[in-house]
Amino acid sequence: MSDSAAHLSITELQRDYRSGKRTPVEALTDVIEAIEKKDPGVGAYLSLESGIALRDAENADVTLPLGGIPIAVKDLINVKGQDCSCASKFLQSAYTSTYDATVISRLRKAGAIPLGRTNMDEFAMGSSTENSGIKLARNPWDADRIPGGSSGGSAIAVANDTAIAALGSDTGGSIRQPASFCGSVGLKPTYGRVSRFGLVAFASSLDQIGPMTKTSEDAALLLSIMSGSDPLDSTSLSDAVPDYLNELNGEIKGLRIGLPVEYFTHGIDPGVRQCVEDAVSHLEKLGAEVIEVSLPHTEYAIATYYIIATAEASANLARFDGVRYGNRAPDPNDIIDHYRRTRAAGFGDEVKRRIILGTYVLSSGYNDAYYVRAQKVRTLIRQDFTAAFEQADVLVSPTAPTPAFKIGEKSGDPLQMYLADIFTIAANLAGICGASTPCGLVESDSGTQLPVGLQVLGPPLGEGTVLKVTDAFEKTTNWHRRPC
Amino acid sequence: MDYITTIGLEVHVQLKTQSKMFCACPAEYGVQPNSNTCPTCLGLPGALPVLNRRAIEYTVLAGMMLGCETPPVSKWDRKNYFYPDMPKNYQLSQFDLPLCLGGNVPLYAHCYPKDAQKDIARPEQLIGLTRIHLEEDVAKSTHAAGGTTIDFNRAGTPLMEIVSEPDIESPEEAFAYLNSLRQILIYGELSDADMEKGQMRCDVNVSVRPQGQEELGIKIELKNMNSVSAVRRALHYEIKRQVEVLKSGGELVQSTRRWDDDLGETQQMRTKENAHDYRYFPDPDLLPVRTGEIIEKMRSRVPELPHQKASRFVADFGISDYDASVLSSDRDLAVYFEAAAKDSAAAKKIANWVINNVSALLNEHDIGINDCPVTSSKLSALVDLVESGELSNNQAKEVFSALFDAPDAEPDALARELGFEPAESGEIEAFVDEVITANPGKVAEIKAGNDKLINWLTGQVMKASKGKANARQVGDLLRSKIN
Repeated sequence: MSDSAAHLSITELQRDYRSGKRTPVEALTDVIEAIEKKDPGVGAYLSLESGIALRDAENADVTLPLGGIPIAVKDLINVKGQDCSCASKFLQSAYTSTYDATVISRLRKAGAIPLGRTNMDEFAMGSSTENSGIKLARNPWDADRIPGGSSGGSAIAVANDTAIAALGSDTGGSIRQPASFCGSVGLKPTYGRVSRFGLVAFASSLDQIGPMTKTSEDAALLLSIMSGSDPLDSTSLSDAVPDYLNELNGEIKGLRIGLPVEYFTHGIDPGVRQCVEDAVSHLEKLGAEVIEVSLPHTEYAIATYYIIATAEASANLARFDGVRYGNRAPDPNDIIDHYRRTRAAGFGDEVKRRIILGTYVLSSGYNDAYYVRAQKVRTLIRQDFTAAFEQADVLVSPTAPTPAFKIGEKSGDPLQMYLADIFTIAANLAGICGASTPCGLVESDSGTQLPVGLQVLGPPLGEGTVLKVTDAFEKTTNWHRRPC
Repeated sequence: MDYITTIGLEVHVQLKTQSKMFCACPAEYGVQPNSNTCPTCLGLPGALPVLNRRAIEYTVLAGMMLGCETPPVSKWDRKNYFYPDMPKNYQLSQFDLPLCLGGNVPLYAHCYPKDAQKDIARPEQLIGLTRIHLEEDVAKSTHAAGGTTIDFNRAGTPLMEIVSEPDIESPEEAFAYLNSLRQILIYGELSDADMEKGQMRCDVNVSVRPQGQEELGIKIELKNMNSVSAVRRALHYEIKRQVEVLKSGGELVQSTRRWDDDLGETQQMRTKENAHDYRYFPDPDLLPVRTGEIIEKMRSRVPELPHQKASRFVADFGISDYDASVLSSDRDLAVYFEAAAKDSAAAKKIANWVINNVSALLNEHDIGINDCPVTSSKLSALVDLVESGELSNNQAKEVFSALFDAPDAEPDALARELGFEPAESGEIEAFVDEVITANPGKVAEIKAGNDKLINWLTGQVMKASKGKANARQVGDLLRSKIN
C-alpha cells in the first residue's frame, strides 16, 4: 500500500508514467483499491465508473498533459453516460447525462479519466455535506465531524488519498471551505474563467467549477486545461489562458499581502487564528509585504448572498418537475398534484428552504426590498474588493472561522451553518478568485488533529498570483501533505 | 347609452430563423416529434442558453420598419411559472429592457374586412405600439383521451411579441391591424405570420365604457383565436356581452376568457385573483445585448413598406391608387409587377394584366406568383405586343395561356404559332373593302352619324380575317374609308 499510486499528486504520477515506473492501469487499480478500502468509512464517493475508467486507462496516452490521470467528479457535473444525481433523491438513479460538461470534454481531450462521482450537499446547498440526499459523509481526520461542503466528497477523496485530484464547484465557498476542513488544496476561479456548461446550476451568477488537489501545482495544471472561453457559456471570459504552472516560481518577494481587518475581528477560533497568523508571518519571511486593508461591507455579505443565491436557485431548480426526467410521485390527480408531490418527495429540507426563500424574495411587492436591494449591495461589495486590490496583490484570511465541526452540531440551525461561509462568500459575490491551502493543525476537544485552511483571494483573473502564493507556502511548509 | 370600445393586442410572431433562440437546433416544423432537441431546449440540468443573433437582428429590423426606438442596451429576464410545455419552468423573455419601444402600425384600407372597406371610421389611422420584445416559444402539448403528449421541437424557437397601445376602437380595426402588421412582417421577410398555422398568435385585451367616462373600463383578455376573422368574431361577441352586462346593471371583473369558435362565445378561464406572479428577474446566464452595431447593420436592410411602395407605384408608373394598393398588398406580386413594368411604356396595362389576367390564371392553377411560369419579362414583351397593336387583348390572353404551358417560348413566336399573324395591311384592306361593299345600308347610317355601327362592321372584318386582324386598326381603317 505504501507504494500505492493513490497518495500521489498529478505531477508525481505523471513523473512515474513518463519514467515507466507505473502504467495508468496500475495507478487506476491502486486508486480503486484505495477507494474500496477507505471510502466506506467516509462516504466520499456516490458511484464509481471503474470499468470504463480502466478501459480508458488501457488506451491512455501519457504524453498528453493529463494522460491517464484519474479525476473524481463532483456529482453535479455532467459526464456523458454517467448518472448525475446532484446527491438528490429526485435524480438518484433517474437521470443519466446525455452530454459532457465543457470541463469534462477539455479534461478528456487532455487525457484525463473521469473516475467516479463524489458526494455533496444536495444541489450544492450546504456547508457540511450533511444535506446529501444519498449518503452521510465524514471528515477523514475525525469521523465524528463533517468534511465541509458542499464539495465535501471531493475534499475527502483528495485528502484521504482515494483520488489523485477532483473537481468541485464553489458558489459561496463550496470548494475552499471543505478543502480547509479536510486539508486539501482548493481553487475557486474568477467567475467566467471556467465554463459552466454542464454544471448543474445552483446560483448561476455565483457558481464556478474549480480544481481540488493535493498541491497548488496540480491546481495550476488542471486550471490551465479547464479554463477559457466557451461558445456554449455566454458568461465565460475570452481572456487568454496563461500556463499557470509556469507562473509558480516561488518568488513572492515584494508581493503585497492584504489582511482584511473585518475578517480578523470576531468569532474566529483561537487555534485557527494562531495558524493563520503564523502563516502570514511565514509569508512575510518569504519576502511578502503585509498590510491591512478594509472591506467595509463585509457584514452584509451573507444576507446579500442568501437573497441572490436563493432567488436564482428558485428558478434554476424549477426544471426538476418529473415531467421529462427524475423520480416521479406515482398516480397524481392532476398536474399540480404531480408537481407538488414529486417535488415534496424529491427535495430535502435545505433545498426546499432555499427554494421557498428565493421564491419569496422575488415575489411581487418584495422584489424591490430584497432582490433589487441585494444587487445594489453586491455592487458595493465588489467595489470593496476593487479598492482593496489597489493596495494589495492578494488578500489573506482564514478560509473558515473554525475547523470542521461535529456532525449534527449546526444542522438544526441554518443561520449558524450559513456563518461557516462568512470568509468565502464575498469572493463569489465579487466574482474574484481565491484558493485555500492547508496552513496548520489544531487539536479538537476529542483529541483529534484538524486541518486549518489559509484563504488567499486574488483580483479577477489573478489565479496566477494566488497560486504563486499558495505554492510558495506549500513548498516551504508541507502542511498540505500531512497524512490524515 | 352609447359605449366606447378600447382594444389592445399582444401579437406573438414566429421568426423565420434557421435555428432556435438559444441553441443550434433547427427551427423547423412538421418533422418527427422531439427530433429537433438538445440539452438546452429540453432544459436538461447544466445546459445553458446562447443567443441567436439573427433573431435579435430580425426583431430590431421589425422595430425599424414599425418606427420603434431601439434602446442601446436590452436584457433577458426569467419569467417563472410551471407548465409541462416549458422545459425549464421559466421562460427566457424580456421584462423591463425590451429590444424595441414605441412605433406604430398603419391600418391599410385594403386590410379591413371586405364588407367594411367602404365605411372606414378612421381612414389611414396609425395604431401605437408599446414595445416589441423577443422570447422563447414553449413546446406543443397535445391533449388526448389517454393523456398529454409534448413535442419539444417548438420549445426554444424565437418568438417576437408585439404589444400595441389600447388604440384600437373596433373589431374591424383589430382585423385591419393584424392584416397590416402581417403584410409588414412579410415585407421584412421576418415571418410568414400566418395565424392559421400558428406563426402569428394573438391575445386581445378589450374593455368598454359608457360614452363620457374618462377612465377605461374593466380590461378583459381574450385567448384562443386562431385566425384574423376569429379575432373579429370574438371581439364582436365580447363587446356585445360586456355592454349587456353593464346595461343590465352588472359588474365586469378583470379576467381572462377563452374564445370558442365553434360555439361562437367566450368563456371565463381565470380572474385577476388567481393571476400568475411571474417573479421576473434578470437571467444570469445571458449577457445584456448592446444594440448599436446591430442597428447599423440592419439600417440598410429596411425594406420599402407596403404604403410606401403603393405611393411610389402611383408616382413612377402612373397607375391608379387602387391598382397600386392591390399590387402592394402582396409583396411578391408587387415585385413581379415592378420587374415587368420597369422598362415598359405600358405600365398601366401591365398593372391591369397582373391584377386580372395573371392573378386569375394563378388562382385557377392554385399557385402563387413566385411559381408563375411566365416570367415578368415575358409578360412585359406580351403586353408590348398589345400596346403596339400587333395583338388584340383577347389574342394576348390566349398567348398568355399558351405561355403558361410553354414558358420557354417567346410571346411573338407563340402568337405566330397560334396564327395571330399581324395581318398584311393590304390583306386587311381587302377585307374592309369587302365588308363596306356588302353592307351599303350600314355604311349609309354611319355616314348619317350612327358611329356605333363601326363596331358592328369591325366585327364583320374580324370574322372575315378569322381573328388575325387587329380590331383597332380595322376600326380606324373603316372610319377613314367611310368618311
